Amino acid sequence: MIASDFIYCRPDTLKEAATVYAKLAGEGKSPVYYGGGSEIITMSRAGSIAPGAVIDLKSIPECKVLEQNGAALMIGGAVTLRSIRESKLFPLLGAAAGRIADHTNQCRITLGGNLCGTIRYREASLPLMLTDAEVVLYGSGGERKASMLTIFRERMRLLPGEFICGVNIDARYLYAPFMHIKKTANEKIDYPLVNVSAIIIDGRIRAAFSGLCAFPFRSMEIEAVLNDKTASISSRIDKAADLLPAPALADAEGLSQYRIFVLKNTLCNVLERLRHDFK
Amino acid sequence: MILNEGRVIVELMVNHESRTVTVRPSDVLLDVLRGQLGLTGAKPGCKNGDCGVCTVIFDGWPVKSCLVLAVEAVGHQILTVEGLGGVAPVQKAFVDSGAFQCGYCTSGFLMVCHALSLNKPRAEEYEIEEWLQSNLCRCTSYKEIREALKTVFQSLS
Ligand SMILES: Cc1cc2nc3c(=O)[nH]c(=O)nc-3n(C[C@H](O)[C@H](O)[C@H](O)COP(=O)(O)OP(=O)(O)OC[C@H]3O[C@@H](n4cnc5c(N)ncnc54)[C@H](O)[C@@H]3O)c2cc1C
Repeated sequence: MIASDFIYCRPDTLKEAATVYAKLAGEGKSPVYYGGGSEIITMSRAGSIAPGAVIDLKSIPECKVLEQNGAALMIGGAVTLRSIRESKLFPLLGAAAGRIADHTNQCRITLGGNLCGTIRYREASLPLMLTDAEVVLYGSGGERKASMLTIFRERMRLLPGEFICGVNIDARYLYAPFMHIKKTANEKIDYPLVNVSAIIIDGRIRAAFSGLCAFPFRSMEIEAVLNDKTASISSRIDKAADLLPAPALADAEGLSQYRIFVLKNTLCNVLERLRHDFK
Repeated sequence: MILNEGRVIVELMVNHESRTVTVRPSDVLLDVLRGQLGLTGAKPGCKNGDCGVCTVIFDGWPVKSCLVLAVEAVGHQILTVEGLGGVAPVQKAFVDSGAFQCGYCTSGFLMVCHALSLNKPRAEEYEIEEWLQSNLCRCTSYKEIREALKTVFQSLS
């Protein structure tokens, strides 16, 4: 049971959502946008948040879009992970979505909720960073577009009252060779110890990580060493592991040294498996 | 736009029947099914989305009813284990395969298995594994549950 009360709004349009957010915020109701609710409900039940209002985005047509339209795939912010995976329209994102929580939860968790959640892993961000997706945002100032690499720095940097309407992915990236490996400490369904997403674009590898540091990241420095054909695979991997943007996590899932060990093995596996596409 | 504040009276479609309930917007579906509608087949477990004992079918797909607001269910079809009526092929298969021990997880597993058999009557091995991973059985009847589900798929093919 959630002890606190909140107002539940389900707007039908983008404008209604932004307007009701501004109104409720003005009344001091601390509204939050609501996708699948998995994080909002669990945190509200535990008493770690107490929103005065939730604004459910699932009746807004633009937030429910999942279609390829010529040059881009459009995915609405309220599309579930299950729908993304089953559509097979972007297999790398489908693979990442298929490893978040479990299948039943994937029937509820939304793309926007995963990208904006407070849990540090935000695994759906990796394929979007690798393909530098265009993020479509909506707020009181109307629509705004931003590239994933500029707006996702450790976490989504949204303006107050803004929400993710959807993301657009360039069609030329959708079926590029990829690997997505999620290593967990024990069970298959668990938070990641190390999560590596990699894709080959124009013969070069791009890689993004979650679970390794306190935030998901893609690093151009790491990609530069992984693409250095003059060095052996093992020395590229050793150099990559020295270039983490923050200390490797040490928690109940694993010590930092163990995470680095798992990272190196996983990268070795990725480079080995993708070597034919990776010139 | 729908806006619910305070206690609200809403209509839920549960097991093909329209049911009227009075809820707070922050009430979760699990509590309303059990407390107001007397549908106690969906069990409270972790209440955190991990264990799956509260699983019901929402517009044809399994969901954990501890992670759904009751007000979100307005306009959608909810099926609980009571709605299977004791006659669904998965229920017979569970009995025939002895796919339970204490039985606390059974209704959640039945709903996942029923939804899988409806959505993917030709489910592949990896899909069966993925769907079943959403639920926990502390008595570890996993082997029997899997066997029960396999007999359902055999009868469908
Ligand atoms: C059992 C379980 C296992 C889990 N395992 C994993 C795991 O392995 N890996 C992992 O990464 N995560 C895991 N999670 C966390 C899960 O990914 C998050 O709970 C989920 O992503 C939140 O998505 P949601 O759609 O339910 O969001 P909600 O709970 O609705 O919202 C989450 C946050 O995002 C905001 N938000 C929602 N939609 C939008 C939008 N369109 N625009 C802007 N802000 C928005 C909300 O205001 C809120 O702050 C797990 C959760 C559970 C319950």
